[in-house]
Amino acid sequence: MPFVSQIAHDSAIQTATGLQAGLKNFARASFGRLLDLLPGLIALVGAFLVSAFILLTLDADPIKAFSAMWSGAFGNENATANTLTKATPILFVAIGITVAFRGGVINIGGEGQMITGALAGSAITLSLGDELGFWVIPLALLAAFLAGGFFGAIAGFLKAQFDVNEILSTIMLNQVAVQLMNYLLNGPMLDPTKVGTNHVPETARIVDAAKIPRFRLPLADHLLFDRTSLHWGLILAVLMAVVIYIFMWKTTFGFRIRAVGYKERAARYAGINVKQQMVLSMFLAGGLSGLAGIVQVLGLTYRLKTDGSPAGFTGNAGFNGIVVALFGGLTPLGAIPASVFFGGLLVGAQKMQREIQGASSLITSINGIIVVFVVASQIFILRRARRRVGGEIDAQTILPTEETNA
Amino acid sequence: MKGKLWCTLVVLAIFALSLPSALAQDEPFRVAAVAPSATDDLAFSQSMYDALLAIQEEMGEDNFEFAFQEGTFIVDDAAVALRDWAFSGDYDLIIAHGSQFGSILVDLAPEFPETSFAWGTDQDTFGLDNVYAYTAAADQGGYINGAIAAGQSMSGVIGVVGPIEVGDAKLYVDGFVAGAEAMNPDVTVNVVYIQSFSDVPQATEAALTHVANGADVLTGTAQMVVGPIAVALENEIQWYGTQTSQAGLAEGSGVLFQIYNWEVVLADIIDHIQMGVLGGTAYTIDLANGGITMELSEHSFGGDEMKQEEVWAQVEELIESVTMMADDMDDMDDDMDDDMDDDDMDDDSDDG
Amino acid sequence: MLEDIITASVFASTIRLATPYIFASLGEMFSQRSGVLNLGVDGVMLLGAFFGFYVVYITESLILGVIAALIIGALMGLATAFISVTLKAEQGISGIGIYLFGLGMSELLYKELVGTPRTVAGFPSVDLPILSDLPWLGEIFFQHNLLVYLAFALVPISYFILNYTTIGLQIRAVGQHPDAADAMGVSVTRIRYLTVTLGGTLSGLAGAALSIALLKVFQQNMTAGRGFIAVALVYFGGWRPYGVLGGAILFSFVNALQLQADVIGFELFGWQIPAEFSNLLPALITIIVLVFASKRKEKPTALTKPFERGE
Repeated sequence: MPFVSQIAHDSAIQTATGLQAGLKNFARASFGRLLDLLPGLIALVGAFLVSAFILLTLDADPIKAFSAMWSGAFGNENATANTLTKATPILFVAIGITVAFRGGVINIGGEGQMITGALAGSAITLSLGDELGFWVIPLALLAAFLAGGFFGAIAGFLKAQFDVNEILSTIMLNQVAVQLMNYLLNGPMLDPTKVGTNHVPETARIVDAAKIPRFRLPLADHLLFDRTSLHWGLILAVLMAVVIYIFMWKTTFGFRIRAVGYKERAARYAGINVKQQMVLSMFLAGGLSGLAGIVQVLGLTYRLKTDGSPAGFTGNAGFNGIVVALFGGLTPLGAIPASVFFGGLLVGAQKMQREIQGASSLITSINGIIVVFVVASQIFILRRARRRVGGEIDAQTILPTEETNA
Repeated sequence: MKGKLWCTLVVLAIFALSLPSALAQDEPFRVAAVAPSATDDLAFSQSMYDALLAIQEEMGEDNFEFAFQEGTFIVDDAAVALRDWAFSGDYDLIIAHGSQFGSILVDLAPEFPETSFAWGTDQDTFGLDNVYAYTAAADQGGYINGAIAAGQSMSGVIGVVGPIEVGDAKLYVDGFVAGAEAMNPDVTVNVVYIQSFSDVPQATEAALTHVANGADVLTGTAQMVVGPIAVALENEIQWYGTQTSQAGLAEGSGVLFQIYNWEVVLADIIDHIQMGVLGGTAYTIDLANGGITMELSEHSFGGDEMKQEEVWAQVEELIESVTMMADDMDDMDDDMDDDMDDDDMDDDSDDG
Repeated sequence: MLEDIITASVFASTIRLATPYIFASLGEMFSQRSGVLNLGVDGVMLLGAFFGFYVVYITESLILGVIAALIIGALMGLATAFISVTLKAEQGISGIGIYLFGLGMSELLYKELVGTPRTVAGFPSVDLPILSDLPWLGEIFFQHNLLVYLAFALVPISYFILNYTTIGLQIRAVGQHPDAADAMGVSVTRIRYLTVTLGGTLSGLAGAALSIALLKVFQQNMTAGRGFIAVALVYFGGWRPYGVLGGAILFSFVNALQLQADVIGFELFGWQIPAEFSNLLPALITIIVLVFASKRKEKPTALTKPFERGE
C-alpha cells in the first residue's frame, strides 16, 4: 500500500509542523499559567497521598502498587503505546468538552455522542468500504462528526430554546444512544454471519483498507511500537487539538463562542446570537466525541461492538474526557498532556490490579478526588486572575475586538 | 448434596486422567486470563476463576501459576491486558473469557504467533492455529432446569430474568423454555430481558413483576441475578441457576444449578500446548464430556432427602436423554422439542 | 388487553420503584431551592447503600444500618457543601467528581469487606391494619416496608417545612435572592450547608432503601444511574415536593408498565415492542418533561451560582 504510506508520510509532516506550533503555544501558555497549574498539581499529589493511605489500609504496599502502575503506563514500548491508545478517544472528547465549556455549556453527553458517531461512521464504512477502500475513512470521520454533532446539538438546542439543564439532558441522551446501539447491533447492523447464532451485539469487521493504519516509527535498531496497538488516530486527535485551538482562539467564530461562555449577558449586548452559539458549541463538542467513537472503531476494534452497556464500547472515555479537559486547564492544547497522563493512570491502574490484585475501583475513586480537587482549586486561579487584571476581568476586556470584527 | 459430590467426582476423574504430561514439566505452566466481571460474581467470571483454581490444585502451585484480571467489562481494558501479557512473553496460555473479546484476538493472535490464546464463549478460532475457542452447551442445562422447573411449578407460570438477548444468556434461556414446554406444554414461561448485565434494582423489579403475574419458579442468568435470587428467597419460591453454583446465596430457594467446569477444556488445552499444539480446536463443554454438571442444592425442598433423591433421579434421567440426543443430532436446538416430549417423564410430572 | 398490563401489582411496583427517587429527589430539591446543584447524588446513594448493607450484614440491626447510611450521607453532604459553598467550585463538575468517588469507593469497600454476593434480612413488608385489606388500594399502597411509608410521609413534611416555616422561607430566599437574604441577616452559607447536608443525608437513605429495604443485596454500581434520574426529577417536579412526588411516580410507573408489558409479552397492535425501545422510554420522557419544566417560576434563580457578597 504505497498510497497509504504516502498519506501517512504527508500527514507526518503536517503533524510535525502542527505539533511544533502547538508545542510552542503550549510552552508559552504553560509558562504563563505555571502558577495556575500549581493547584492542579497539588490536587494530584493530594489524591496520590489519599490513595496511598487507602492502599495501606488494604494491606497493600503503595510503593509496589505505584511502581506497578508506572510500569503498566510507561514501563516499556507496549505500555506506552497502550497509554497513548487509551488517551486517543479521551483526547477527542476532552477537546470537545473544552469547546462546550468555553461556550458555557457542560457536556456530559460524550458517551452518547461517541456511540452515535461510531454508529454512523461504521454504517458508512461497512456499506462503502469495499468500493472506496482507504477513502472511506475521511467519509466515515465526517459522518461520525455530523452524527455526534447532531446528537450534541440536541442538548444545545434544548438548553438554548427551553433552558433545559444540559447536564441532565445529555445524561438522558446517553441512555437513548446506548439503547439505540443495542437495538441496531442486534438487528439491522448485526454482523450478517452472526444472525441466528450465539453472538454478542456487533457489526461485521470493517475491510482492511478502511482501517486507520497502525503507528510505527522506524528506529535504527528496531521498529518503534511494533506489535502494539498504537494507531494514527492519536495523531489525528493531536491535530484536532491544534485545529480547535486555532479555531477557538484565533478566529471570530471561536471568539463568539467564548464570549457567550464568559459573560452571556455581555455577549448578547454585543450583538452575539447567544442561542446559536450554544447550539454550535454543543455541535462541535458532540462532533469531536463522535470522532472519538469512530476512531476507536477504525483504529482499534475494527468493528463496533458492545456488551450492552455504554462503557462496553466507549470505555468511559466520555466521562474521562471531562476530567482530562479540566485537568488540561480547559484548553485544547492543555488537553494533550492531560489525556496522556490520564491514559497512563487508567492503563496503569489495570496493571496495578494484575500485579498486586489491588482493586482497580480505587482508581475510579481517585479520579473523583482529582476532579473535586481540580475544580475546587479553580477558585484560587480565578482569584489570582482577578488580582492580575485589577479585579475586573469580564467580557469587556475582550469584547472590543469583537466589535471591530463584527 | 449427593448430586454435588457425584458431579465433583466425575469431573475430577475426567481431568485427572488427562493431566499426566503436565506434571512432568520443570517450568511452571503459566496462564493469564481476563474476565468481564468479578471473580466472585456467582456467574460467568467466577466459573473460569474456579476452573483455574481447580487446575492449580490438581497440578500443584509449583507447576501451575495464573494471573487473573477481573472486571474488564470495558473491552479496551481487556485488550490492554491481553496485549500486555502477550508482549511480555511470560505466559503459555492467555485466556479472553468473554465473547465480546473475540475480535481482540483476531488482531492480537497473528502478531504473537508463538503464544497460545483461548477465548469463549464461541466456537470460532478464526482459522488461526494459535487460538482455541470454547463454549458451553448452556441450552442442555437450561433444558434440564426448565424441565424440572416446569414439573415443580404449581401455578404453571415461570419467570425468567435475562440480561440481553445474546450469547450464552440467550442459549440458556432458549434451552430453559424448550425444556419447560417439553415437560408441560401448558406451562407459561415469561421471559424478560432487562437490557443490562448489572442493573440489580431493575432485575429485582422484573422478578417481582414475574411473581405478581403468578410465577412460583424463577430463573435467570448474568451477575444481576443476585436481585432475583433475593426475591425468590423473600417469596419462598424456587430458584434455578446457571454458570456456577448459587446454592449458598439462594439457600432454601435454590433447587438446581447448571455448572460450568471449564477445567475439562483447560486441561486438554494445556496438554496440547505442552505437546506444541498452540490452537486450532474449538471445544464445547456439555453434559456428556463432564464440562457441564448439574448440582442439586442441599438446601432444596427444605432439606428433605427423599424428595431430593426423587428429583435427582429425574435429573439423571434427563441428563441421559439430553446426552443421547446431543450424540444423535448435530442440530440439537431445533429438534429437541420434538423428541423430548413428556411421555418419558410421566411418572415425574406428578411430583410437583 | 389493557387490563392485563395495568394491574394493581403494577401500581405496587410503581410505589416501590419510586421510593429511592423520592428520598434522593426531596433532598436534592432542598439543596437546589437554596441554590446548590448537587450532581453527586448517585455516588452518595451508592455509599449509603453499601454502608447500610454492611452494617446490617455485620450487626443484623436494621436501625444501625439506617443510621450508618444517614451518617455517611451526611458526611458526603458536608463534603459537597464545603466544595460547592466554601470553595465555590463549579457545581456540575464537582458533582461528577463526588459521583466517581462514591462509585469507586463503594465498590472497593464491598470487594474488601464483603466480597461475594450475600443477602441480608432487610426491612420486611408491614401490612397496615385494615387498610392493607382494602381491595386494590391495599395491595398498591399498604403492603410495603417501613422505608416506603417513610418516603411518602416525607413529601407533606417537606412541603410544610418549605412553605410554612422560617427555615423554609430562608431556604427559598437564599435560592432566589441571596443578596437580599444576606442583607436581612440570613447566613447564605449556613443555609446552604444545611440543605446540602440534608440532601446528602437523604441520598444516603435512598441508597439504604435500595440495599436493605427493597433488594436486600449489594452489588457494585447497584444504583445504575438512579441518582442522576433523581436530580432530573427535581427539575421535572418544578422544585416542589408534590411535583417531585408526581415525577417519581410517573417515571416509576412507566418503568413498571414496561416490565409488566415485557413479562406478559404485550403487543401493541400486533407489534412486539423491542425491549430496547421500552428501555429508552424513561429517558425520552424525562427529556420531554424537562422541556416543559424549564419555565417554572419556582426555579431558584441563584441555582449553581456561588454566593459572593456584593457581587
